[in-house]
Amino acid sequence: MAELAVDKHVKYILAVEKNKDSFESVVMDHLRMNGAYWGLTALDLLGKLDSVNVDEVISWILKCQHESGGFSGNIGHDPHILYTLSAVQVLALFNKLDVLDIDKVATYITGLQNEDGSFSGDMWGEVDTRFSYIAICCLSILCCLGKINVEKAVSYILSCKNLDGGFGCTPGGESHAGQIFCCVGALALTGSLHYVDKDLLGWWLCERQVKSGGLNGRPEKLPDVCYSWWVLSSLIMIDRVHWIDKEKLVKFILDCQDVENGGISDRPDDAVDVYHTYFGVAGLSLLNYPGLKAIDPAYALPVDVVNRIFFSG
Amino acid sequence: MHGRPRKAPKPEDEAASSAKAQKLRALQTQFFSFHHNKIYTKEAVELSAKLLEINPESYTAWNYRKLAVEHYLNLPDCNPDSIKSVLDDELRVVENALRQNFKSYGAWHHRKWVLSKGHSSIDNELRLLDKFQKADSRNFHAWNYRRFVAESMKRSEQDELKYTEDMIYANFSNYSAWHNRSVLLSALFDKKAEGFLLKEKVLPEEYEFIHQAIFTDPDDQSGWFYHLWLLDQTVTTDSPLLASSWPGHGSDVLLVGDRCYNGSAFSPFSALHSDSGSFPIVLYFNQPVRGVNSSTVTVECGFNKNEDLLWKPLSASNSQTARVWVAHLKVPSSDLHSTVEVSVGHTKGIISTRGFEYSHPSMLSFKVHVQPMERDSSQVSVAESISLREENFKVYGKQSEESIIDSFDQLIIKNGHETTASNWRFEALAKEIECFRELLSLVDCKIGKLTLARLLKAYDAMSYPFANKLVHSEEVLELYSDLMKLDRTHYQFYKDERSIVLLQKYKDSVSSAICGPICLRLNNLSLSRMGAFEKLLWVQMLDLSHNELQSIEGLKAMQLLSCLSLRNNKLRSLTALEPLRKLKLLRILDISYNQIGDHSIDTTRYVCSSPLSHSVGSELNRDETVTSDVALINNWEAFYIFKDFNLNQLDIVGNTIADEKFKSVLVKIMPKLKQLDGKLLD
Repeated sequence: MAELAVDKHVKYILAVEKNKDSFESVVMDHLRMNGAYWGLTALDLLGKLDSVNVDEVISWILKCQHESGGFSGNIGHDPHILYTLSAVQVLALFNKLDVLDIDKVATYITGLQNEDGSFSGDMWGEVDTRFSYIAICCLSILCCLGKINVEKAVSYILSCKNLDGGFGCTPGGESHAGQIFCCVGALALTGSLHYVDKDLLGWWLCERQVKSGGLNGRPEKLPDVCYSWWVLSSLIMIDRVHWIDKEKLVKFILDCQDVENGGISDRPDDAVDVYHTYFGVAGLSLLNYPGLKAIDPAYALPVDVVNRIFFSG
Repeated sequence: MHGRPRKAPKPEDEAASSAKAQKLRALQTQFFSFHHNKIYTKEAVELSAKLLEINPESYTAWNYRKLAVEHYLNLPDCNPDSIKSVLDDELRVVENALRQNFKSYGAWHHRKWVLSKGHSSIDNELRLLDKFQKADSRNFHAWNYRRFVAESMKRSEQDELKYTEDMIYANFSNYSAWHNRSVLLSALFDKKAEGFLLKEKVLPEEYEFIHQAIFTDPDDQSGWFYHLWLLDQTVTTDSPLLASSWPGHGSDVLLVGDRCYNGSAFSPFSALHSDSGSFPIVLYFNQPVRGVNSSTVTVECGFNKNEDLLWKPLSASNSQTARVWVAHLKVPSSDLHSTVEVSVGHTKGIISTRGFEYSHPSMLSFKVHVQPMERDSSQVSVAESISLREENFKVYGKQSEESIIDSFDQLIIKNGHETTASNWRFEALAKEIECFRELLSLVDCKIGKLTLARLLKAYDAMSYPFANKLVHSEEVLELYSDLMKLDRTHYQFYKDERSIVLLQKYKDSVSSAICGPICLRLNNLSLSRMGAFEKLLWVQMLDLSHNELQSIEGLKAMQLLSCLSLRNNKLRSLTALEPLRKLKLLRILDISYNQIGDHSIDTTRYVCSSPLSHSVGSELNRDETVTSDVALINNWEAFYIFKDFNLNQLDIVGNTIADEKFKSVLVKIMPKLKQLDGKLLD
């Protein structure tokens, strides 16, 4: 079986960070904050977070904060809840949450909660359970979850529960592994997992594993390494991960590596990118792959970072 | 980011890419200038359209266009025609963007935003959707948008149901269509819409429909989950029912005041050791309910006032909903022989999570005998190791000679009227069983075996109180064994299901009503999961050693447990022990030779109440005597799990975590512990 080419992946991530002029990079310009979270968390899991210049990263992050308290995907772009979470997560990685005016960030997020408990992504009103997860995760990291109406947030998420046990983006929306991760994660963080039918959802999730050993995101779709995170972390949170074949999944993820140039792709022999590199490494961490730091399935941050937030001081 | 082949970059590719990048960068810079300076001229807005055509994911450009529209709508010279023209322009830009990427969140939301302004033709939208859904019938953005359009047009659920039918006939392998069908049907059932009033008429047709999908290609998952939902609709009764209780109806309970077990297994009573002067009454419902209190459940006995009884849900955190409810009945310390009558649901108020009332008032009664503390027995050293003695156990597999009627029967007989109404359920199940047997005779497929197993289990569960045995258990066990070989990827799933069937099969013949056993041995059974708790409420001493349990989920229902062995299992973390926190009578616990400490990933971290899930407060800081010595970051799980235990005896050897340092932490967390790994503590 192939091994994880740790050094190659580290080199790849650092190179992507520096290369701002390729077409790929410019097209992804607006989500650089997410890219920073994927790249830096992957580096931390690989034990190499110290390869980057902390001050540069933090200074850039703070330049992306707007008056409203929210963060944009990159300098010049508008604020959005998606990038606000990534910014907070990166600061948590570096143990630099103290550079934030926490009330300001919290105000931005609480302002996005709607009457029915749902969350909008920004002032333009798109509603999606992804944003519910983001709000809950972000305020949890900042230790001020009580600033939103948690009960209503939970009841909105439950209104998106489907008859197959999964969750969609809005009520009635088809179950999709990414949405399931967000909803299960949000319910986990709010102590509400007892509302999940773990056996029903567990079966739906474990049937994402196809013959090749990879996981897809919903029935009759192709396997993709990113689902090694969305499906796997969901299974772990509801304690049903033993219902898949972990070894086969490890093999699938390792087969998606570009062992020469570094990076991991969605499927074997496809083009690599930072997104799939992070999810591949995070998935391997959840599968107890040796040499990797343990990652928390709900916060999507290394366990030692989460423990540091909750149990020290 | 998805589905692009990996290829080595050639110099000419890199040059082209670089040129494209520069062009896009220039476009973006110009766009930012317009956006930040709030310039909304025709030229500026046109530039944003160019940008979105190349990169529909550039979300700030969509925001800018909304600002431009609003700027325009606020101008004094705008009129209905010009407004429509402006908005039509937006719709055109969205269509172009969707052509680039029909999964763009930004594009779909922009379209919704425009339509919400109310000036655009909504009929067009259905036509557009048809195009998209023909191109990709699984595009969930399109399905979500369709839901929005259908609601705006006030299209009926019946019309939308017809649409899903058309989509499915075009291609059975359309999970999205099946999903939407389930949402619509469910809404029609709830509304009791005309034509959907009687499930018994609708479900058989749906079964016919889904068969076409499953039988055409059994390996295609599109129909599997819809079929499971139909099965659930067939067997689930809306109102909650009481599944079992302890004490059982017609039983005799002997309360013994001392700690020494004095061999009353040979007596005709269930003996419960009680050092607290009270005993629990446990109600186990067939689904989670709320509203169990001294009004909805009345306990009449000579020695206690009903109003003093506090019913508590056995639930996670502070949820007021649970399947299992417990109240503690105080007994006087003197000699006593008395009858207790428990009436459940004679007053309305017990409600399921879906809002259905408990509608079959039931009553159970049992006798309580109190045997006061004997002077002699206090001479027995309290520190004497109480082992799970061989003779105390009813050995698994040895069936009792007497014919035993489970106390549960007597409750269900009162629910007579439900049975006649459920003939259609039996018929539907019987028909399905026949269909799947036929499928399996033609194709040896996984979904065939799994569905047949589920159907047989459901059939047995529905017949259970009347038939005394679970007729199909052997066949179900064999089906799961086949599946464990046929679909090795999901081996553990089938093993877990099989474990529960095994437990339900044997525990059939045990009763708390007559024999009075209190010990149960379930070791060496390859059990990977526990279940059938409604039949195990009577157990006080449980031996689950030498199995493959990695979870004890649900064990909290066994409120009478005082001794538990989980020796030689596969428990992987301390948080897996959380169900034991609700066992107030637990005094002896053996978790030796498990895997606690072996794994870096904790799979029960969030199923457990802790600060991480915000279900527990910062109790950490309050108990200074413990936390000042305990390295909290490393031991918070131990603290949360063990601090509420009242153990006399614990065995933990054989777990990676159980080094001397950890054992000394445990002793600090549990000052009342008398024995750890066989060693007496002072």
